[in-house]
Amino acid sequence: MAVNRNFRVCPSTGLSYHEPAEKLMRWNAVAAVVSLLVGGVLAVLIVLTRWQAVHLLPPDWFYLLLTAHGLDMLVFWIIFFEIAVLYFCASTLLRCRLAAPNWAWAGFWLMIVGALVNNVAVFRGDSSVMFTSYVPMGAHPAFYLGLILFAVGALIACFVFLGTLAVAKSEKTYHGSVPLVTFGAITAAIIAIFTIASGAIILIPTFLWSVGLIGHIDSLMYRTVWWAFGHSSQQINVAAHVSVWYAIAAIVFGAKPMSEKVSRTAFLLYILFLQLASAHHLLADPGLTSHWKIFNTSYAMYLAVLASMVHGLTVPGAIEVAQRQKGYNKGLFEWLRKAPWGNPSFSAMFISLIGFGFLGGISGVMMGTEQLNLIIHNTIYVPGHFHATVVIGTTLAFMGLTYFLIPTLFRRELMFPGMAKWQPYVFGLGMAGFSLFMMGAGTLGVPRRHWDITFAGNPLAYDGWAGGTAWLMIAAMAICGLLATVGGAMYLLITVGSVFLGKRIATPDFAYVKARDGVAPTMKPVEVAFEAHGSNIGTAGFVAPGTFVLALVFLLSFVLYYFVNWKYLSTVWPLS
Amino acid sequence: MDTASTDSTPANEVPDEPIPAMQQLLDNPFLLLFLGIAMPTVLYIVWGVMEIVGIPIAK
Ligand code: HEM
Ligand SMILES: [Cu+2]
Repeated sequence: MAVNRNFRVCPSTGLSYHEPAEKLMRWNAVAAVVSLLVGGVLAVLIVLTRWQAVHLLPPDWFYLLLTAHGLDMLVFWIIFFEIAVLYFCASTLLRCRLAAPNWAWAGFWLMIVGALVNNVAVFRGDSSVMFTSYVPMGAHPAFYLGLILFAVGALIACFVFLGTLAVAKSEKTYHGSVPLVTFGAITAAIIAIFTIASGAIILIPTFLWSVGLIGHIDSLMYRTVWWAFGHSSQQINVAAHVSVWYAIAAIVFGAKPMSEKVSRTAFLLYILFLQLASAHHLLADPGLTSHWKIFNTSYAMYLAVLASMVHGLTVPGAIEVAQRQKGYNKGLFEWLRKAPWGNPSFSAMFISLIGFGFLGGISGVMMGTEQLNLIIHNTIYVPGHFHATVVIGTTLAFMGLTYFLIPTLFRRELMFPGMAKWQPYVFGLGMAGFSLFMMGAGTLGVPRRHWDITFAGNPLAYDGWAGGTAWLMIAAMAICGLLATVGGAMYLLITVGSVFLGKRIATPDFAYVKARDGVAPTMKPVEVAFEAHGSNIGTAGFVAPGTFVLALVFLLSFVLYYFVNWKYLSTVWPLS
Repeated sequence: MDTASTDSTPANEVPDEPIPAMQQLLDNPFLLLFLGIAMPTVLYIVWGVMEIVGIPIAK
């Protein structure tokens, strides 16, 4: 069969889109946004239920919708979007045809069918097992089957991505090393392959168990292998959104990484160590030794945390250097004050970076410490932490990238640009408050995944929640959560509006051009910023003093918070 | 290869300086894939599963 070698060059960015890859990116992105819409509607209902004063839903609906929210958001929204990002990083950034588009479509449709089958199983009402689906709690077989189909589809997409890298190398569409953003995508794809393999190892037997072909699944075994899947999938997100940070820094500022070597080594640390941290989900489980727990969550995980801190520094550092070179060189922070705060791609990316680091990162290291984990285990602190990582970190970064993709990938003008300016702030700050108040309530002991923490009408009714403080935290959490859903709705309105109703960007001599092997179309400014290059400008003295100060503030907050929690541990667990 | 100007290297690639080992590793996605699967499989899954299997069954 003839290989499709049709490319178009985006007139405003210079990026080249391979015809089949472009279509696949669009469909994956649309599927992602639809999942976000469903998950977002559910979020409103769940928040209004956990807000004890409103207590909207009855218990069975609460647990049902909570299961669906977790899956539609964390699995379907994020992974569909990530597949679009993978294809962008391989095909568009390397100016290479997508390997095996037919396989990519097969993968896409498997993912769609899987997501639908899983959602149907949940909404039937007999699969309210939460997205962790711990055995021996059983769901309808279609629940597991849907997840398995989705995972197979995603695995195919990962191999299409790797295949595209191989094609790019053999057809010499790039010289030297791949761009850093593509390298980050490689990291994400590698973690994804481990994630999906672990998922298969545990979900296939669980499916067989649900249809009666296997008699028993050990619950600790389930939890251990399941978290190799459940946690690692969060690390796909981290690798993906860090790549998006680098991409947006390159797009908005033409910023080049301060040191390619340092950034790539940090990604290598992710590949080697990030997935081991899965063990932090089992810190409170008996049966696994402290050797295993501490090796996997401390020694190894801190190397991965180090890598995140490197990215958290080099991204703003690169922006600072780029801004200073443009003349914003006064004092410590002129580069930041004069940043384009009205550009939603930038503001989303920057809020994502700060929120991920300060809220998600610091709380994550605290929780991942075996002793401290006792304080917050299974409290609402946990969703507080991960809404800071996967919502402020990943989701907001993807939102920022969307604002860039709408004109270049969908060739539509952004609708409601005034609203788009505000969207990252409403969503990001709403979510920051939501996460913080959740963590506050969790520190007071309020449990996660709980319909009624007063147990009203039961023999053991309880409403002594820290003398009202917890009630206040929960109410504040709910109000901030609703604010964040307003921000989410703004995003949905803008993207759905632009993609389907937005003004088409007219390109007079628009055409797909057939490319020969090894021919790279000429480059335009945005694209040049993605190119790999060898210069190291960030080593001598302080080229980025503002970023250095930010880093010190971060470290100080980190150390303080960490020790406060040790102090707190000594009071909640009196030994004397 | 004796001089840097041999014709066996394409014009647009840096002719001299061997590629450092670290860069060769980073440029090879399939080697990275192997490492990224092997590390957690051995240190997390295999080690963890062995510990669980070693727990004596209650009678
Ligand atoms: C404005 C947006 C959002 C709001 C207001 C919101 C709200 C909530 C609430 C109230 C819970 C229940 C916590 C509990 O009772 O334990 C929850 C759980 C959860 N949310 Fe969100 N959420 C939002 C967006 C997201 C996004 C974008 C993601 C993923 C990318 C996400 C992933 C999850 C997950 C995985 C759970 C846990 C489900 C479980 O415990 O099984 N949420 N969310
Ligand atoms: Cu985790």
